[in-house]
Amino acid sequence: MPFQSTVGDYQTVATLETFGFLPPMTQDEIYDQIAYIIAQGWSPVIEHVHPSGSMQTYWSYWKLPFFGEKDLNTVVSELEACHRAYPDHHVRMVGYDAYTQSQGTAFVVFEGR
Amino acid sequence: MSKKYDAGVKEYRDTYWTPDYVPLDTDLLACFKCTGQEGVPKEEVAAAVAAESSTGTWSTVWSELLTDLEFYKGRCYRIEDVPGDKESFYAFIAYPLDLFEEGSITNVLTSLVGNVFGFKALRHLRLEDIRFPMAFIKTCGGPPNGIVVERDRLNKYGRPLLGCTIKPKLGLSGKNYGRVVYECLRGGLDLTKDDENINSQPFQRWRERFEFVAEAVKLAQQETGEVKGHYLNCTATTPEEMYERAEFAKELDMPIIMHDYITGGFTANTGLANWCRKNGMLLHIHRAMHAVIDRHPKHGIHFRVLAKCLRLSGGDQLHTGTVVGKLEGDRQTTLGYIDNLRESFVPEDRNRGNFFDQDWGSMPGVFAVASGGIHVWHMPALLAIFGDDSCLQFGGGTHGHPWGSAAGAAANRVALEACVKARNAGREIEKESRDILMEAAKHSPELAIALETWKEIKFEFDTVDKLDVQ
Repeated sequence: MPFQSTVGDYQTVATLETFGFLPPMTQDEIYDQIAYIIAQGWSPVIEHVHPSGSMQTYWSYWKLPFFGEKDLNTVVSELEACHRAYPDHHVRMVGYDAYTQSQGTAFVVFEGR
Repeated sequence: MSKKYDAGVKEYRDTYWTPDYVPLDTDLLACFKCTGQEGVPKEEVAAAVAAESSTGTWSTVWSELLTDLEFYKGRCYRIEDVPGDKESFYAFIAYPLDLFEEGSITNVLTSLVGNVFGFKALRHLRLEDIRFPMAFIKTCGGPPNGIVVERDRLNKYGRPLLGCTIKPKLGLSGKNYGRVVYECLRGGLDLTKDDENINSQPFQRWRERFEFVAEAVKLAQQETGEVKGHYLNCTATTPEEMYERAEFAKELDMPIIMHDYITGGFTANTGLANWCRKNGMLLHIHRAMHAVIDRHPKHGIHFRVLAKCLRLSGGDQLHTGTVVGKLEGDRQTTLGYIDNLRESFVPEDRNRGNFFDQDWGSMPGVFAVASGGIHVWHMPALLAIFGDDSCLQFGGGTHGHPWGSAAGAAANRVALEACVKARNAGREIEKESRDILMEAAKHSPELAIALETWKEIKFEFDTVDKLDVQ
C-alpha cells in the first residue's frame, strides 16, 4: 500500500492582493462588491496593467476615475470595455476615498495571462 | 499683587480645589479615579492630587512667592461619583499648557503620574483619561507614517493586514527563524513579527536574524507577487544600539521595524519614531508591561491613556488586545481607545470609557493590532470589532496548523478574505460566522483543517477591569 501522509503539501501561489485567496467571483458577487464601493461614497476607478508589471505602484487608469458615479451598470460596462480593450491585462476595481486620499478597497476582477 | 510669606501646612483644597474654574482650550485635562484614606474629604483628596501632580508640595515654601503660582498650578475643577462604587470618585484636573515641555510625553507622564501615586492620603489612584489640547498635539511628531501611508507602502487595501508572531518565541537560530518567516509569508500573510522578547540573545544575535529575515521577506515577495514585511525588533540595551539596528534594517531595504514602548521608554520611542519619519520606515509598537500598569480597576493608568500617549510619541501600529482571545479586554473599552488611535475626532462617551472630547487635528492614525490567542473561528468577530484599519495577528493560529505555518497562513488569509467579501455584500458576519467560514472552507483544504483543529478552543473568562457604567 502506498504511503499516505496526513500532512498536505502547501504550494506557494502568486496572488494579486485583496481577494487573491478566494476562487474567482461570479458576476453577482462582483456586482455586490461594486455596490459596496458606491454605498461607501467612494469613486469607482478602473486600472489595468500587463501581468509583468503587476507589482508596480501605478497601473494605467482606464479613462479617468469615475468621480461621483453611482450607477452600478455603468461601472460594470466600463470594466468590461477595459477588459475587451486589454484582454491580456489584469484589470482591477478600486474604490477611491477622497476624504482619506486612500483606496477604500481594490481587487482584481479580470486576470490577464 | 504681592502676598506675604506664611509658613506652615495649608489644606490643599484652599489652593487647588476650584469648582468655578472653566478649563481653557489650551489646558491639559486629566480624569483620575481616586480612592482616599478613610475620613479624608473628597475635595481635599482631589486637591492634593492636583497639587502633587503640578506645582504643590506638602508645606508652603518661601520661593513660591518668587513666581505666580496662580498661573502655573493644576486645578481640580470637578468631582463626580463613580457609578456603583461608594468608596471612589472621579477628580477632573486642569493643567496649564506651560507646565509641559513641547512634544514630551515623558514630561507629561512624569508630572501626572509621578510622586502623586505614592501619596499617603490616597489608598488608590488611577489615571483614567487625558484630554490633550491641540496646542500640545501640534508639538508632537506622532506616527512616523500613519495608516494611509502604510497602506500605500504595503499595497494593502480594503481589508485588515494579516500578520503573525514567529514562534517559538525564544531559542531559534537566525537561519531557522528566517525559515519560519518565509513559510508564513509565502502562505499568504502580509507581515510577520519578532516576538517582543527577541532582542539579541546568545542563541540568535540581531544581525543574524536581520539578514536571514531579509532574505525570507524578499524571496516570499518575489514568489507571491505581493508586498511583504517583517517587524524587525530594534528594542535594545541602549539608544545607540537601537539606532544601529534600525540603520541596518534600512540598509537591508526592509519596510518596517519594531519597538517596545513601555519597557523601552517614551524617550527612546519618540527618538525612534523621529528616526523612522526621517528614513521612510514603518514602526510597529509592542506594549509589554502595560498590564502591570493598566489592569487594576482602581490603581495605575488606564490603557486608553497609554494608547493616546503612543499616538503622540509615535508609532504606526499598536497592540490593543483582541477582545476575543486569551488576553484581557472589554469590547466597548477597546472600541473607545482604538477610536483614539485612528480617528481625527473622538467625542466624550462614558459607555466607551472616553471622559473627554479629543480632537486629534491632522495627526495621522495608528493601526490597531489584535494579537494573542486568536484563530480562524474568531475572524468574523475580529473583523466586526476592529474593521479594516487593523492588523490581525495569529501566532499559534498560524504555526499550530497540522500542515505547518504556510498552510496555517493560507487558512487565515482565506478566512479573512471570505469575511471581508461577505461583509461588503451586506451579510451579518458575526451572526453568520459559521456559514461564512464553512462555505469558504469548501475551496480551501487548509481552512477546513484549521477549522477542525481549533473548533473547541475558547477563552471565556470575565474581564477584571470593567467600565464604570450601570
